[in-house]
Amino acid sequence: MRKWSRKNSLSGLKLRSEMDAREVEVLRSLVGAVTGLLTDRADSAPQDDLAALTGLRTGNAEPPEDPRLARLLPDFHRPEPGSPDADRADLNSALRSLHEPDIIENKVAAGSVLLETLPAQGGKFAITPEQADAWLAALNDVRLAVGTAIGIDADTPDQLQPDDPRIPHLDVYHWLTWMQDSLLQALAP
Amino acid sequence: MMAGQAVPETIEHTEILEAEDRPWVTVVWDDPVNLMHYVTYIFQKLFGYSKGKATELMLQVHNEGKAVVSSGARDKMEQDVQRLHAAGLWATMQRDE
Repeated sequence: MRKWSRKNSLSGLKLRSEMDAREVEVLRSLVGAVTGLLTDRADSAPQDDLAALTGLRTGNAEPPEDPRLARLLPDFHRPEPGSPDADRADLNSALRSLHEPDIIENKVAAGSVLLETLPAQGGKFAITPEQADAWLAALNDVRLAVGTAIGIDADTPDQLQPDDPRIPHLDVYHWLTWMQDSLLQALAP
Repeated sequence: MMAGQAVPETIEHTEILEAEDRPWVTVVWDDPVNLMHYVTYIFQKLFGYSKGKATELMLQVHNEGKAVVSSGARDKMEQDVQRLHAAGLWATMQRDE
């Protein structure tokens, strides 16, 4: 993949790049997987009669068990021990069920923009700054999912031992990191 | 004999302004995946901060583990946290200390 570049065109600023067919396939598959995780989560939300009556969508009240989803959909409140809010466990449930559906919708929409703007068979392509914002969010979500799955933390070395089964995943993670960073350099130098 | 006259007392009701009136804050936490450049960009985009201010907040998150990025009414903080989560940052809300 070529690094991203800025191009001023008659229809405004564009961000340009080029990707081969294999790269398109890998990225499509990764974004599709994260979208699948998120939509399954949205579909698993309990339906209640009040929501059906009012049309007010409510989501899951408990945090996800899948660690990737848990990182994509974190708690709204982190009680500090000894603080007056320490007992407000109900706060997290209420805020999660109220806001999670919208967050999922936003993330899935960003993923859709990325998938729709990928060059179908590979090749050169250009996106608007608005589409670039969606790319940034979608790429970030894939990096969060992959990073969580392989246990990325502050001490993770850039290169693993040769027999580490995580190597192909870490390579993908580094590729996505480079892609997101390159897009940021072009969009917001 | 006159009974003691009851004196009307002015009873002052002091309204104790409870914790309910303390403002709320949005906190962003450090995490190993998010790029510094991305975090700075999101702070500028979501809050309209200058690049300098956004960078300062990002560095605080990076170096100190967390930073307060906005403050105000509870429902505004809910919106801020929601937008930060949609962008992939790890944010929470709490009462101002």
